Amino acid sequence: MYGWIDTILQGLLLGGLYALFAAGLSLSFGVMRLVNIAHGDFIVLAAFVALVIVQASGVNPLLAMLAVVPVMALVGYLLQRGILNFTLGKDILPPLLVTFGLSIIIQNLLLVGFSADTRKLSAGPVETASIKLGGGLAIGWYPLIVFLAAIAVIAALQLLFARTMLGRAFRATSDDQEAAQLMGIDNRRIYGLAMALAMAIVAVAGVFLAIRTTFTPTIGPDRLLFAFEAVIIGGLGSLWGTLAGGMLLGVAQTIGFKLDPGYGLLAGHLVFLCVLVFRPTGLFARTLD
Amino acid sequence: MSALLEAEGVAAFYGDFQALFGIDLEIGEGERIAIIGANGAGKSTFLKTVTGLLPLRHGSLRFAGSDIAGVPAHRLVALGIAMVPEGRRLFASLSVEENLAIGAYGRRPGRWNLGLIYRLFPVLAERRAAPAKALSGGQQQMCAIGRALMANPSLLLCDELSLGLAPIVIKDIYAALASIAGEGTTIVVVEQDINQAMAMADRLYCFQEGRVALEGRPGALTRERISAAYFGL
Repeated sequence: MYGWIDTILQGLLLGGLYALFAAGLSLSFGVMRLVNIAHGDFIVLAAFVALVIVQASGVNPLLAMLAVVPVMALVGYLLQRGILNFTLGKDILPPLLVTFGLSIIIQNLLLVGFSADTRKLSAGPVETASIKLGGGLAIGWYPLIVFLAAIAVIAALQLLFARTMLGRAFRATSDDQEAAQLMGIDNRRIYGLAMALAMAIVAVAGVFLAIRTTFTPTIGPDRLLFAFEAVIIGGLGSLWGTLAGGMLLGVAQTIGFKLDPGYGLLAGHLVFLCVLVFRPTGLFARTLD
Repeated sequence: MSALLEAEGVAAFYGDFQALFGIDLEIGEGERIAIIGANGAGKSTFLKTVTGLLPLRHGSLRFAGSDIAGVPAHRLVALGIAMVPEGRRLFASLSVEENLAIGAYGRRPGRWNLGLIYRLFPVLAERRAAPAKALSGGQQQMCAIGRALMANPSLLLCDELSLGLAPIVIKDIYAALASIAGEGTTIVVVEQDINQAMAMADRLYCFQEGRVALEGRPGALTRERISAAYFGL
């Protein structure tokens, strides 16, 4: 019995990481209707940026995150202003094709630069420390920290969107970019800022991923899939829904793994499939478009 | 009278389709101008060209003495041009107050603020927290006008204000417009309702198939001449 509770707890906490994967994807889709196929590869890129910083300076990867976040945000801004803005328009195919191309380019550049060896970042004793809940139950400090970080990121995003002028500009541009220009909003700059913000979250997700598991240059597409599933399960346009979607996906995967190590990913995909069949707008959908 | 907006030979296209064929127009500071014309005469196209949403292909556009051809839409707002677009186009995911607040995005200095907008349209104050799309058509139009005013424009362009609204609401909105004009704001109204246009305007332009067919003061123009220019008879 405790075994199952433990499994579900681990799954819920894993959902925090998936919510971090998903938040950036949700943001870029929400503000500019851009589906970033390279999203997972950017998560991996962030992990390698952290690796380089850690190897060069020897700092704890959690501290290195402070440097990875601005680096990735800058990459996001330049990418949007330099390339992706030119792909946006009535046709949704160009951004898909261009980000698909970026995905292949990033994977191959990482392979050239870092080889296909598996890597891992070590954050020290915090990785194995745990809180005893009694009855043989325990939750690890590290998954808890990741989960709390996910809540903090989503709460901050929610606040930004609801309370600040930038958040209003994001929403207005998403509603009607032409009318937004009539308000004096430079939509191309807004898109750049949205991608910078998305990549800042990608940086957080990438560093947490690199500490949690081993990584190679080619694991990006799977992370993209988890992010997609979390967004769709939670419902487009709902940030807290994305967290709930990530948690449901996490629980499904850990239960699947417990039944049989080969069933973990399959169980996650099946839950996703069920949501698509029975509630295609997601569990907490805000917008329909 | 110094000219606030000068258009000379303005031509604009939708793709390969030419919608404006050399519009000449001059608007003085503080004037109230109505642009009338049938559907497809190019009235809205002209406003889109002035606000930078549509590129100017030929001709010149000068605002407050400086060339504004090719200036992107979002920078024209800072120069003092604001538009109430056709169909209101309020931001659906923003509340009434947020819609008004985003009008001030450019932070152009001036007299307008939320309090003054609410005094002009008290019903908006009552519904400040409601989603913009929950308002009635007339209230949405008031919100769209308020949003444009928040940019503190010296030139306010209004596209099809009365479209789809009840006559009593139209009367209220034009009364508000008159008080805005009374503060010295230059106003251009695109209007299909000739009576409404003649009642509010100092001067009238009638467009026909992308050209100016008639220009003059309402008092100096006869119904016959306007009908002829309107319908191209």
